[in-house]
Amino acid sequence: MSIRQVSIFIENQPGKLAEVTDFIAKQQISLRALSIADTQEFGIVRIICEDIDKAVAALKAAEYVHTVTEVFAVELADEAGSLAKVLATLATVGIQVEYTYAFLSTKKEGSAYMIFRVDRNDDAIQALNGAGIHTVTQQEIF
Amino acid sequence: MARYYQQDIECASREQIKALQDERLVKQVKHVYDNVPYYRNLMDEKGVKPEDIKSTDDLHKLPFITKADLREAYPTGMLAVPMKDCVEIHSTSGTTGKRVVAFYTQKDLDIWHECCARAIMAVGGDENDVVQVAYGYGLFTGGAGLDGGAHKVGCLTLPMSSGNTDRQIQFMKDLEATILCCTPSYAAYLGESLHEMGLTPDDIKLKAGIFGAEPWTEEMRRSIEKSLGIKAYDIYGLTETSGPGVAYECTAQAGMHINEDHFIAEIIDPDTGEVLPEGSKGELVFTSITKEAFPLLRYRTRDICVLSREKCPCGRTHVKMTKPMGRSDDMMIIRGVNVFPSQIETVLLEQGYTPNYRIEVDRVNNNDTLDVFVELSNEMFSDTVKEIAIKEKELASAIKTMLGISPKVHLVPAKSITRSEGKAVRVIDKRKLHD
Ligand SMILES: [Zn+2]
Repeated sequence: MSIRQVSIFIENQPGKLAEVTDFIAKQQISLRALSIADTQEFGIVRIICEDIDKAVAALKAAEYVHTVTEVFAVELADEAGSLAKVLATLATVGIQVEYTYAFLSTKKEGSAYMIFRVDRNDDAIQALNGAGIHTVTQQEIF
Repeated sequence: MARYYQQDIECASREQIKALQDERLVKQVKHVYDNVPYYRNLMDEKGVKPEDIKSTDDLHKLPFITKADLREAYPTGMLAVPMKDCVEIHSTSGTTGKRVVAFYTQKDLDIWHECCARAIMAVGGDENDVVQVAYGYGLFTGGAGLDGGAHKVGCLTLPMSSGNTDRQIQFMKDLEATILCCTPSYAAYLGESLHEMGLTPDDIKLKAGIFGAEPWTEEMRRSIEKSLGIKAYDIYGLTETSGPGVAYECTAQAGMHINEDHFIAEIIDPDTGEVLPEGSKGELVFTSITKEAFPLLRYRTRDICVLSREKCPCGRTHVKMTKPMGRSDDMMIIRGVNVFPSQIETVLLEQGYTPNYRIEVDRVNNNDTLDVFVELSNEMFSDTVKEIAIKEKELASAIKTMLGISPKVHLVPAKSITRSEGKAVRVIDKRKLHD
């Protein structure tokens, strides 16, 4: 299962990130994860949130440059080597990882999820499921 | 089969046109010197007498007229006949200062309308056509000029004026308009509205459009042609020189023929005022050689373009001007190259970007730098840093192809470019701040 992530384009200037996160908080949209990629000039804020349609409508109304991308998430098990197994599986089918970030579960204590953005999302999910690795649904993380 | 409104003159030989221009210029200079004290003073200051102008070869001896002169001479300082001999006036919008009022005798109107008639026939129009004039009527020259031209050709003329889009489309459809005359932005809007009303180009009879009075791009031409199912043609004119019809495009869609029996065109260096050789890019200067009421000699248009005498497939021999590439007021010289903001805007639109941009020019270690900031739209935004960097590089290379110099492109969020009164501030030249 893939997960939908919302990305927002901001200037890399003091206060811009706070402005965006404040804005999302004011919409009463529950956030599960947030990560930032930045260069000297701009930043991309990526969020996993509960009501995506509501988030997109609010961002559009406020004229934030944004897009929705398909990503996938896996639950990181306790045992060592589980991340290595995910990466190895992706490598065998030639999938390129653009970026990845982790966040803690609010449902299961001590459990963590890892989000992956890859070049071929559906192929990646198929390969992982084939290797017995569960990809998390949007419902599971909320 | 090409058809003409006045074939003998539209297809006259270069020698015939030159002889006509020589004769008319000599007469016109005398007329202006005798009747316009304002210009007589300019000539006296320069030490030029009407006798010094024996042919068009002497044109460069005459002083220029600028927009500032016209403002100073407001309202009647440039009038060359008694006001009672005039039958009509038109006026500029005055958005950038005092208005300019242009006067017309009956003969001036006839010539102006003939020029517009040539433009209509040059796009394939004849007496069987229905011409929808959706330029504004009134003080603006657009409506009156094309309306008069359509009458001369014998077309059924729909004097719609601008606005009331639903009615425009209803009349276009019900009265089977074949030629549309309006501003290119209004044509684009009519095209969108047509589709929004659930209609397609198959539901209308329109075949051509004559669009002018504002800058537009080739990209816009293609999109208007597609949405209305027509061929779109450019027309050029200024209130100061009569209005639309000073120059017009033919079906070759490659430059606008200047009506050389009524106007002499020159290209000058905007900084020095020197006349440039044919084919050079520079500021367009017009001398009207048949105007009675408001005859302007060497009027600086501020429009930058190139003239070409290459043979045109339409058979017309009059010199062609390119679409204005910018205003001489906006021209920047960066690393020795003439750059106009409009050139950068053209690239942005062609590459699918917003026209919201800012240009910053600076000098670092004696080298000019060019930075272009462009607002990103949702459609162009992709979620990885790498893809944005690639887009910046691609846009920089497209701009380099256009200008010949490399910019640094910065994609920025929407609304991050400062606007003054709704319009984005286009150019910041920091070199001027340091000097
Ligand atoms: Zn032609």
